[in-house]
Amino acid sequence: MSELFVQGIVVFVLAAFVGFEVISKVPQTLHTPLMSGANAISGITIVGAILASAFADGAAATILALLAVVFATINVVGGFLVTDRMLEMFKRKPAKKE
Amino acid sequence: MTTTTLLYLLAGVLFIIGLRGLGSPRTARRGNLIAAVGMLVAVLVTVASIIDDTGVMWWTIGAGLIIGGAIGAVFAVRVQMTGMPQLVAAFNGFGGGASALVAATEILATDGDFATETGVTVALSIAIGVVTFSGSFIAYGKLQGLITGRPMSLPGGPWFNAVLAAISLGVGIWAVWSGDPTAYWILAGVTFVLGITAVVAIGGADMPVVISLLNSFSGVAAAMAGFVIGNQALIIGGALVGAAGLILTIQMSEAMNRSLANVLFAGFGTEGAAAFDAGDRPVNRASPDDVAISLAYAQNVMVVPGYGLAVAQAQHAVRDLATALEERGINVEYAIHPVAGRMPGHMNVLLAEADVPYEQLLDLDHSNPRMANTDVVLVVGANDVVNPSARDDASSPIYGMPILEVDTARTAVVVKRSLSPGFAGIDNPLFYEESTMMLFSDAKAGLEEVIAALKEL
Repeated sequence: MSELFVQGIVVFVLAAFVGFEVISKVPQTLHTPLMSGANAISGITIVGAILASAFADGAAATILALLAVVFATINVVGGFLVTDRMLEMFKRKPAKKE
Repeated sequence: MTTTTLLYLLAGVLFIIGLRGLGSPRTARRGNLIAAVGMLVAVLVTVASIIDDTGVMWWTIGAGLIIGGAIGAVFAVRVQMTGMPQLVAAFNGFGGGASALVAATEILATDGDFATETGVTVALSIAIGVVTFSGSFIAYGKLQGLITGRPMSLPGGPWFNAVLAAISLGVGIWAVWSGDPTAYWILAGVTFVLGITAVVAIGGADMPVVISLLNSFSGVAAAMAGFVIGNQALIIGGALVGAAGLILTIQMSEAMNRSLANVLFAGFGTEGAAAFDAGDRPVNRASPDDVAISLAYAQNVMVVPGYGLAVAQAQHAVRDLATALEERGINVEYAIHPVAGRMPGHMNVLLAEADVPYEQLLDLDHSNPRMANTDVVLVVGANDVVNPSARDDASSPIYGMPILEVDTARTAVVVKRSLSPGFAGIDNPLFYEESTMMLFSDAKAGLEEVIAALKEL
């Protein structure tokens, strides 16, 4: 197993534990925006898609790589925007009761 | 290389700070922004790392970013709050699909000639990414009403998917062992079908859990793609989302008092749906005037929203009714079940859109003790989450699920289009209680009529 791969496993395990710790106490109200925000973060695969496109060789690879960039960008841009829209409504909390 | 990796670490740290911010109402919006900045950093660093290379296909990258960005932005801006769960499902599917495609381009580039451990991660990115892709779009179809919300029974029941999963595993092992690209493509085909059959077998009421699990999957797929191309940013971001999604999924299954395995494999509600028969039991059919009168003479009113409210876009009507009642000095609160709607926290988002103050939203533990002191509970488009058989009937498929005990209030008013069972396909004894009034109407139209009747009083 290469050194880089082992380093990857270390990073993966530690990041997973951080993910567990950061999320475990979140109020129900925020579950939808949290899910949507986390979903946008999973669009990090956009980095892989860009690298795959950059050096794609041949028509098939180019098409797959282009699709990868399109899909990942939809995930990232749409995900962050829609989360922001949801949270904007939470912020506008009318204290004008009574 | 070193600088690039360090800047990827910065992006990862921004993701963690952002996720942390998303966990609290006050910091949530900033948290989302911080995570988005992290993503921007990751993209810019990636572009910078290849800017001096020759032969980079910039047009592919540029075209992809522009097309994807435009599609994502249009959908994000246009969607109505009620359609949010579907949209998140769709975005999620695209993310999973992208990770699978990244792995696929690696297969093309190397002709399947990987070290064993890399081969394993290629197979996992393909399998998990493709399941996420096809499964998310089936979830989208169910939530959008394009596909029936009922769990579809497959030949052989849960064994069908178990066999398909075993085949996927076998093909995956074959692919890694032989390094034959064809094996990877077959793996993609089998897992595509598996994503479809796994999700069609799950009832619409369980879609929140499914979307959350698929969200976790899309993270894992991204992390696996990170291993394939040796990129730490993907590994960090993917692992974070994988873990966060899994926590949310477990929390939601617990809210329904079921194990995750039960949600995924039980084909919940198939038998109840077939057995349902309203018979000729009497119900108290109420007019909007009847409802207005009982509300007008109440002191404490509790609103229980459900998916029907989302479908009818009735959140503003609910808010208007609450305002009208508050003007009469009546105390109005909202009881939100953890799995009301089609997504965790779905109702909170809708009511927030209608400017309902955050403090008036009560969760299960806080609302149930208040029911006995509540004069009128107004159930708007909710069904399974107020079904007393979850508490009383050990033979009910939802037995043991915590419910909002609206039958303990003095009067329950149920606004619903018909007596038909909810997504779980189970009859609801609440509708036949003597203290229950049924207002058969679309949620929005019905509430507007009640408001009008209230003004006449």
